[in-house]
Amino acid sequence: MKYELVAGFETHIELATNTKIFCSCTTEFGGEPNTHCCPVCIGLPGTLPKLNKKVVEYAIKAGLATNCEIAEISKMDRKNYCYPDLPKAYQISQYDMPLCQNGYVELSSGKKIRLNRIHIEEDAGKLIHRKGDTLVDYNRGGVPLIEIVSEPDIRSVDEAKEYVEKLQLIMRYIGISDCKMQEGSMRCDVNISVRPVGSEVYGTRTEIKNMNSITFIAKAMEYEFERQVDLIESGGKVIQETLRYDDVTNTTSSMRGKEDAHDYRYFREPDLVTINVPKEQVEKIKKSLPEFPTQKLKRYVEEYDIPNTDAQLLTKYRKIAEYFEEAIDGIKTPKTASNFIIGQIFRKLENEAEKEEFNIKVSAKSLNELIKLLDSGKIKMNLAKSTLDKMLETGKNVYELISESDMGGIDDNTLLELCNQAIQQNPNAVNDFKNGKVKAVKAMVGFVMKNSRGKADAVLAEQKLIELMQ
Amino acid sequence: MAVKGKIAQYSEMLKNKDISCIELTQKYIDEIQKCDDKLNSYVTVTPDTAINTAKIVDEKISKGETLGLLEGIPMTLKDNISTKGIKTTCCSKILDGYTPIYDASVWEYLKNQNAVLLGKTNMDEFAMGSSCETSCFGGAKNPHNINYVSGGSSGGVASAVGGNIAVYGLGSDTGGSIRQPASFCGIVGLKPTYGAVSRYGLIAYASSLDQIGPITTTVEDAAIVYDAISFYDDKDSTSRGKSSANTIDTLKNDIKGLKIGIAKEYFDGIRDDVKTAIEKAIKVYESLGAKIVYFDLPVLKYALPVYYILACAEASSNLGRYDGIRYGFKSEDYHSIHEMVSKTRSAGFGEEVKRRIMLGTYVLSAGYYDAYYKKAQSLRGNIVKAFKEAFNICDVILAPTVPITAFENGHAVSDPIETYLTDICTVPVNIAGLPAVSIPCGFGNNGLPIGMQLIGDMFCESKILNAAWQYENTTGDDVFKSAEMGVKL
Repeated sequence: MKYELVAGFETHIELATNTKIFCSCTTEFGGEPNTHCCPVCIGLPGTLPKLNKKVVEYAIKAGLATNCEIAEISKMDRKNYCYPDLPKAYQISQYDMPLCQNGYVELSSGKKIRLNRIHIEEDAGKLIHRKGDTLVDYNRGGVPLIEIVSEPDIRSVDEAKEYVEKLQLIMRYIGISDCKMQEGSMRCDVNISVRPVGSEVYGTRTEIKNMNSITFIAKAMEYEFERQVDLIESGGKVIQETLRYDDVTNTTSSMRGKEDAHDYRYFREPDLVTINVPKEQVEKIKKSLPEFPTQKLKRYVEEYDIPNTDAQLLTKYRKIAEYFEEAIDGIKTPKTASNFIIGQIFRKLENEAEKEEFNIKVSAKSLNELIKLLDSGKIKMNLAKSTLDKMLETGKNVYELISESDMGGIDDNTLLELCNQAIQQNPNAVNDFKNGKVKAVKAMVGFVMKNSRGKADAVLAEQKLIELMQ
Repeated sequence: MAVKGKIAQYSEMLKNKDISCIELTQKYIDEIQKCDDKLNSYVTVTPDTAINTAKIVDEKISKGETLGLLEGIPMTLKDNISTKGIKTTCCSKILDGYTPIYDASVWEYLKNQNAVLLGKTNMDEFAMGSSCETSCFGGAKNPHNINYVSGGSSGGVASAVGGNIAVYGLGSDTGGSIRQPASFCGIVGLKPTYGAVSRYGLIAYASSLDQIGPITTTVEDAAIVYDAISFYDDKDSTSRGKSSANTIDTLKNDIKGLKIGIAKEYFDGIRDDVKTAIEKAIKVYESLGAKIVYFDLPVLKYALPVYYILACAEASSNLGRYDGIRYGFKSEDYHSIHEMVSKTRSAGFGEEVKRRIMLGTYVLSAGYYDAYYKKAQSLRGNIVKAFKEAFNICDVILAPTVPITAFENGHAVSDPIETYLTDICTVPVNIAGLPAVSIPCGFGNNGLPIGMQLIGDMFCESKILNAAWQYENTTGDDVFKSAEMGVKL
């Protein structure tokens, strides 16, 4: 029998606000243990939380970027459980009235992965196990998180990978999180089940907790898919349980079964008031959002005539898209810019992370200047390419690297000579010019161009002529 | 004879240099040494802090600087109000050794006013109790008769203020914890509107019900302290501050035509001598020109179960943090984190606290949530609505504070259910978030004080304090009779 994989994701993303969700401590990653803490985020008796408005704003951005409805009224709830990294013994989260609901993320195939909800909550601290001792670092406690809960719409490991990448891209695009999986600012729980192809009924699911790399997610899902299929094929039954993935052995193992599932005793957080999000605020946030990759992609293809595959590369990271858009300012051939970026510039970047950083020596303005020279025919493609390489090496701009002569033009002395000739041989035009007929200079420029066989720079020639006549 | 407010009187004496602040403070410290063996009202005495503040105040006086009303007045705080550098235990073993690193907002404010803190006062453990006897330090006693309890949970404050070893104190009221001990000790206790006083730094029992308020010997003092501590605090999201003017401005207004509501449900099952005292008080009000309006408040019968479900539910969550990991008591005999937390909590919490944590955990558990917590929340809405409607027909509601007078020592803790039932008159106000002031209204057959409460609509502290002051001013020393101990000036 052929089996199909069914997966849904719960994705935790740390928001890049400056301060924590309920106090004014910094959210900076790392730091000496327990130095980014205050009475509120270590839950000292008597302290009260105060909701950071930026967190609500960022979560709304995430919601809008994933096509969610934004709740006008929502609230915070307490999720009660006892663990040393949770100083209040409850996590302030959202239970039945999340901030965002009913969204979706569209994959490149056009398939929509529906999102059930996005809610805001606080992160917990971290346990450090050392020489038989367990220590707690509360620096991360109270860092704001959003949890994005998808419907079980994912049907393959590739879809899963693309879904996670898409989320990452979207959240980085709108600037609400760096989504660094290795630093834990993005973590995924995967709910996974299998069923015979064609079946409408979901199988029993297991949940793989806390995965922090796309590679591991893919491996864990592959392993878990096989495990469940083998189990069913051999007459066994999948039991609902929470699993952890071991990246060394590439296996999953049970953390706890269904009967040990926590009873979180959710109830409304009495220390915080209702969150009201007026429609106007949502509109305002909507307007502040950058153009999304999908919109950009469409525009690049339609307006700039850029092939779809290239447009995808250009829109994948916000910095590249922004660079591209600045580089083509006032340029007739955006495609040239696209080719330079995807070709020569990308070659300087080792990996995806570097592409995303897009830290290169050539500013968008410099590239713009280079293309303008190319467009105006002053330089040929070969020269443009070699110059761009030099620019990428040295960080110098195009005018620092190529002289007039390099441009297949003429040098300053030749230009001066030609201009003097023009003045001597066109006394009428000179007279006209001196009598205020400014346009007369054009005839002389024509003379210079003709005598230089088109090599001279018309603009420079005009400047020079005017200078000489005055 | 009309009762004089102590705060204004002492403040005047300080200004006139009839007494120095150090002398005044020393008198209180001395009397605490003398009386506290009997009363057990203080759990931490802070003579050095007190004298230091008194010195600052005396310096200001000698320089001829103007004094605030509360400046230099010796006072106390219930031991669940966070005080930086001063132990704050909630009278629980589990907070043994815990010293806060920050001040509660109310204390931060009063400290800046140079309030003279004499020490921290006794209370039922985590404010759970009606007799102060669940305190790990043993209960505070009633200054009118030390064979009886001071009440709870703010028993220590009431005992100290009633016994004249503090001019005033701040308590907290979750289900009656200010009003009930004030009633038992024959003094004044104001539970403000939910949100009127910042809860930041008040160690939570039940967050949606807790409110800090003053315990004083006179209505005027209650008004002065309330006016001072009622302000908007950015650190408390539920804080709203005062509605408008200071209550002191309208304290002595005429109450002719004031509509005083009487709901018969408040009188179900109250002791005869308590009932008689309240009826006498109603007569006083009639003589002052108030109009008595009778109405029904049937929803009151749900108040107790609603209170105990909601309060315990919130408490079970609020008290989860005491695990021995970061501060306070920690059991030393363990082999795993789980065992450490379990043993710490088993040994650190007292019986009553454990009972409420278990009750609260139960009512929030999957499968029981709808039957208990959800239903109680919905009934809470009904109670809020019923009070709202009541205030359409009357300005203030008059009711007994407690159906009885103070318990004999040891009685309350021996029968928790019977004790819970005595909260019947105080809890509705917390459920509805309303302000209420308890004032003395006579003495029971056993010679112990009886209290009555005036309940107002949200943020109508001015109205209830005005009505309370008029009663106090009319009945005077006969009813507002101070216990024969402590400081006399």
